[in-house]
Amino acid sequence: MNIVLIFLITIFSISLFFYGKSKSKTISIKDNIKLNALPKFYGYYLVLWCSIPALVFLLVWSLFEPVIIKSIIIETAANQGATFNDKNEANLIYEKIKAIHLGTYFGDIDSILKESALAYAKFINLFTNSKVVLIFGIIIASVIYSLKKIKNNNKARDDVEVILKGLLFVSSLIAILTTIGIIFSLLFESIKFFSVINVFDYLFGTNWSPQRAFVRDASSITAAELEELKDAFGFIPLIAGTSFIAFIAMLVAVPIGLFSGIYMAEYASIKVRRISKPIIEILAGIPTVVYGFFAALTVGPFFRQIGENFGLTVSSESALAAGLIMGIMIIPYVSSLSDDVINSVPQSLRDGSYAVGATKSETIKQVVIPAALPGIIGSVLLAVSRAIGETMIVVMAAGLAANLTINPLESTTTITTQIVMILVGDQEFDSPKTQSAFALGLTLFIATLILNYIAQRAVKKYREKYD
Amino acid sequence: MTKEERLKKRHRAEKRFRFYGLVSILVALLFVVILVQNIFSKGSSAFKKTVITTEIFFDQDLLEIQNGASQEEIMEADFYDVMIENLIKAYPAKDRAEEDELLKLFSGDAEIEIKKAFLKDNNLLGKTITLDLTASDDIDQLHKGNYPRDLPEERRRISDFQLVIYDYFVENKKISKNFNNYFFNNGDSRDPELAGIGGALVGSFYSILICLLLAFPVAFLASIYLEEFAPKNKITDFIEININNLAAVPSIVYGLLALQILLATIQLPRSTPLVAGITLALMTLPRIIIPCRASLKAVPPSIREGALAVGASKFQSVFHHVVPLALPGTLSGTIIGLAQALGETAPLILIGMVAFVVDIPSSPVDPSSSLPVQVYLWSESAERGFVEKTSATIMMLLSFLIVMNFIAVYLRQKFEKRWN
Repeated sequence: MNIVLIFLITIFSISLFFYGKSKSKTISIKDNIKLNALPKFYGYYLVLWCSIPALVFLLVWSLFEPVIIKSIIIETAANQGATFNDKNEANLIYEKIKAIHLGTYFGDIDSILKESALAYAKFINLFTNSKVVLIFGIIIASVIYSLKKIKNNNKARDDVEVILKGLLFVSSLIAILTTIGIIFSLLFESIKFFSVINVFDYLFGTNWSPQRAFVRDASSITAAELEELKDAFGFIPLIAGTSFIAFIAMLVAVPIGLFSGIYMAEYASIKVRRISKPIIEILAGIPTVVYGFFAALTVGPFFRQIGENFGLTVSSESALAAGLIMGIMIIPYVSSLSDDVINSVPQSLRDGSYAVGATKSETIKQVVIPAALPGIIGSVLLAVSRAIGETMIVVMAAGLAANLTINPLESTTTITTQIVMILVGDQEFDSPKTQSAFALGLTLFIATLILNYIAQRAVKKYREKYD
Repeated sequence: MTKEERLKKRHRAEKRFRFYGLVSILVALLFVVILVQNIFSKGSSAFKKTVITTEIFFDQDLLEIQNGASQEEIMEADFYDVMIENLIKAYPAKDRAEEDELLKLFSGDAEIEIKKAFLKDNNLLGKTITLDLTASDDIDQLHKGNYPRDLPEERRRISDFQLVIYDYFVENKKISKNFNNYFFNNGDSRDPELAGIGGALVGSFYSILICLLLAFPVAFLASIYLEEFAPKNKITDFIEININNLAAVPSIVYGLLALQILLATIQLPRSTPLVAGITLALMTLPRIIIPCRASLKAVPPSIREGALAVGASKFQSVFHHVVPLALPGTLSGTIIGLAQALGETAPLILIGMVAFVVDIPSSPVDPSSSLPVQVYLWSESAERGFVEKTSATIMMLLSFLIVMNFIAVYLRQKFEKRWN
């Protein structure tokens, strides 16, 4: 249906373009006036007026139609005597009604379902008809309005440009909408979660075992269960595991990345630089799931083997393997950024240092790096925020159980791993366990936001200093 | 310490420092080599499959169909008995137990393969043909040398008797390697020898297509607005801060967003390329806007001023002069953004693309998988055959990424103008 409507709108718009073009020409010849714009702009003007309001209406309608129909149908089903205790059962009944309507339901059909299916068919029909009528109403109204404008010989080009500029502005607003969407979706579930679990129990609890939250409905938790739950969502082991793995990653990435950055900026010939820089940047382009696979199937077992040779027990999901591979992934983030930063240190500083007899390495260590330090710290912070938000490597190569440990040979878990573990497969709606994933997401979002803010400010300040 | 000694020491330090830098670069390069070599050595064998050459006699009594039967009748006919009758002749087995072990050497699709051969040529009734039947995963891995045969029998998936049959096959040249068409055409399967990336390829294609259709126009228009039209005010600043932050938000957060808004609120169908495409588009948007803006910025102001000077409107100067010059840069930025989206896994897992989907999706609203998610799914499987399948999927994924990046670099070098 929607495709047919879009097709019709397109056909209308195209024919209106030619109509507007010829119409404005006729007016100018008949009334012997000078047009305020080229004839084609009158065509564009009609096209915009015909298509944009109708398409926007269609989009909004399509977004809200299913939700509205669903609530109406569930209500009518309830009025006819259908019983459901929670949202899941209501959803199930709605799906059944829909399936009966489409003729794909093969279970028993009782009178309630049958009546509701009829009501569903009625509403679908009603909604579709009113959609078509409204869209045509909108098209006719806007076309009449724009035709009138054309007949008055408006400044069509200026009007078209104003509309298009509005369109450009709306496109740039999508970024704000996405941010609002993220904050809204994370907050919405997190607030539900924190209405059951105390914020401080969450932030300072030392035990993370969400599988204990077997309760399906947050509203029917008994006091004893709540007491049990209080202890299940402690954030400390997760942040400890996350920072630990990120720390190992930085131990790998910072020296290698920084030294490669320095070498490329200060020593490498143009030829070496031209070849090695893109190859190192390949590391950033490889999908993280590939690193995860490599860490889980090659590096993990390899460390385990080495550990066995030395008589050590190494978990095959050790923090060391995950951290090492994550570090490799991050190398190019550190190296490229610090390369840029070092390059933007003014040559005069280096020349001054050489003039008093310093060697190249002394100049780098004592002049260039101190001067570039804010930028380097910024790039390292950006890399840290990458590391704590990284998901696939730790999902595949780090452990699932939350251990509070600082032994790199044992397995630990991270925030992102837990989010994936909780949300993969079927979720129970409204259970504290599902909601906890959104609370974790919110924590992660805020943490990366703060890190990025500091990092970007540091880099920006540094840039301003030498620009 | 004399002056000369001190100087020597300083020069040694200089050399050491330089050496560290070189070593770091070499270590980073070494990692690239190890990773690629590891994946390729594991995965290249997956493009071939082991087949067992078997003689098949189409017995009319067992098939219960007439000569010149229609396609539908053949489709409905039971080929199971024909399969059993012919496969147990492949090796002289003594009793029922041995026959069972022999049958296990063939893939679960042997019956379908026989039926297909029969469908291709209608005149086979009562005749004998030789057919290459796909071997089971265990034989496949053994034949490719990925599976040690010197383990004690109880730790092996293949029994001693099956090894005897295998050696017999090898001796009589009945076992060989063919191009693995299943790997490219089939959807997912629990049997490694039948599993393929056909479904994941189509799913990834639809997701990226939707991502492109949504993200590119919006990012393009938004960057034109911000770079050319936006007044310097608080709203513009706010939009810019937002875009920079969104580019750094971990991808898994976009998965949570999609779960809450697209699946729970708007109720789009789960596990589908449609939802995946929208999620990836939201994620890629800021990553495309940033390079688009950079390439618009690179167009020198003299171009705009020239257009304005001969009487073009602001709009005309932008769309007739600046945008065409910036287009190669914006396109290459878009392709690189899409390449990142192609490899993205975490948000797709959250929107349910980890479902086990056997059918190849025929539209963007069918449940499906995608290439990186397929890598994740198979790497969690215990069967040995999936290791090479996973590596081969990664090879496919990486080659797509390489091609996309080459196109991006080519576009930039070939068409972009240098202004200075």
